[in-house]
Amino acid sequence: MSERRLGRGVAVVGAGMTKFGTFPGRATRDLFVDAFQEMRGSVDRGLDPADIEALYIGNYSSDLFEKQGHTAPIMADWVGLAPRPATRIEDACASSGVAFREGLIAVASGLYDIVLVGGIEKMSDLPTEQVTDTLATAGDAIYEIPAGFTFPGFYAAMATSYMARYGATPEAFMHVGIKNHDNGARNDKAQFGARISDIMASKRARAEAKGRPLPDWADEIDFLRDERANPTIAWPMRLFDCSPISDGAAALLLVAEDLVPSFSDRPLHIIGSGQASDVALHDRSDLTSIRAAKLAGDQAFAMAGLSPHDVDVAEVHDCFTIAEIIATEDLGFFPIGEGGKAVEDGRTALDGPQPVNTSGGLKSKGHPVGASGVGQVVEIWQQLRGEAGDRQVADARIGLTHNVGGTGQTCVVHIFERRL
Amino acid sequence: MEVREHNGTSFYSYLAEEKLMGSRCESCRALHVPPRPLCPACYGNEMSWEEMSGIGELIAFTTVHIGTNAMIAAGYDRNNPYCAGIVRLREGPAISGQIIGVDPSDPESIAVGTPLRATFLNRGDDSGNFLAFAPVD
Ligand SMILES: [Zn+2]
Repeated sequence: MSERRLGRGVAVVGAGMTKFGTFPGRATRDLFVDAFQEMRGSVDRGLDPADIEALYIGNYSSDLFEKQGHTAPIMADWVGLAPRPATRIEDACASSGVAFREGLIAVASGLYDIVLVGGIEKMSDLPTEQVTDTLATAGDAIYEIPAGFTFPGFYAAMATSYMARYGATPEAFMHVGIKNHDNGARNDKAQFGARISDIMASKRARAEAKGRPLPDWADEIDFLRDERANPTIAWPMRLFDCSPISDGAAALLLVAEDLVPSFSDRPLHIIGSGQASDVALHDRSDLTSIRAAKLAGDQAFAMAGLSPHDVDVAEVHDCFTIAEIIATEDLGFFPIGEGGKAVEDGRTALDGPQPVNTSGGLKSKGHPVGASGVGQVVEIWQQLRGEAGDRQVADARIGLTHNVGGTGQTCVVHIFERRL
Repeated sequence: MEVREHNGTSFYSYLAEEKLMGSRCESCRALHVPPRPLCPACYGNEMSWEEMSGIGELIAFTTVHIGTNAMIAAGYDRNNPYCAGIVRLREGPAISGQIIGVDPSDPESIAVGTPLRATFLNRGDDSGNFLAFAPVD
């Protein structure tokens, strides 16, 4: 495949998101209004919404989650943008990462100069068992789901394949959760803004208040090995290996590079973009890697003219802890089979040499599936602009987002640069 | 032999007859399990049905404690988990199936690489047979 280029430069000049969490009584449109308002406030030189020419909205399954189809025009209406063209993109958990790429392509083509990219999902209205079935529809409904696979089950199967090949243990996965909770505790948008050690302390306090015997976990890993504290969902994935059921929305403003000065003093230039698809899990020759992620990463790095170690901060798709380990290998941050050791050694920690998921990732920040891809870009926006508070990576200049749909049937990767 | 379309409906109708069937591309001889009407390798659309031996090897698995609604209806739950897996058939392709004859409450006793044989599972309703695999004795 030849190296691809954008028709012209495109930059992100505004970014906003709701807190991710569970918000009874609030529909996706209500969440999207909040994200839009925060995005609008983030544009350094102000935004007249009338200048927006089109919307690209990532949304996995409002149809099943909130019995609402055809969501893009509703989002346009609720932020005062009808009758502009509004397009919904569905690629499972990569829906808004792909919506971002479609918005990028639309501006790069010259068709539009200014577009709004959004991501929305409202999962918490459904009972958990129906959420399980809805998420499973991202797999193959004819051949995978009848085997009993759930969404955590798919990634758990990848984990057993990874463990068998590389000798990894479930403890490697647990270290991903500990790290991401540490980061999420520094993010006021995170659904679970608590460290694992904080959660242990509150469980101890509750036991004490009720006069029950105090749990005697030696450390976080000991806690995470405790079936009662951290029950198995789909072995080897336990509760704290799984991203939560979340509601949320996020919004970005993309403009042609020549318009940047009228919007922003500190834009994020989009210098790399890649996307690929893949077959069902059982049709792949290798279950320890996601081919679409490798291909999307290769395309994005080639377009950017960069290599993995040029990346200062990365948001990768940790829907399950094993997914982060595989992602850091697929993107070339670490050699194949060494992603687990890298996290155990602290290499992906906030103060490590290759910080990953500084936002807390999907694990701690939350995973409203159709909003997650744009939410990742919001974190890179804050990091590259030096606005990430006490989770700031010093002098971050190059950021990357990696957003996976389903079991890796879709992957989309973007690379961003701060030039000032 | 009657002509069945190379699709999921036919795959399950064969499972009801306790046959695990794949599609053999008449042009390039590639074997596809599950079946499909168009060969992604050569774009040939002449397929013939071929019965699989059912013998294979476990390449990935999980024991599911929070199952799909269909599996909950079949009686599985947190205290009675089930095993789902991916099995590479002796003929080459791999396919998903429930893994029976193992102990899902002790996942560390289940190993990638275990030799398995296809079996046909009725989950106690009128939804027909599902593909499953059990360890070869
Ligand atoms: Zn063929």
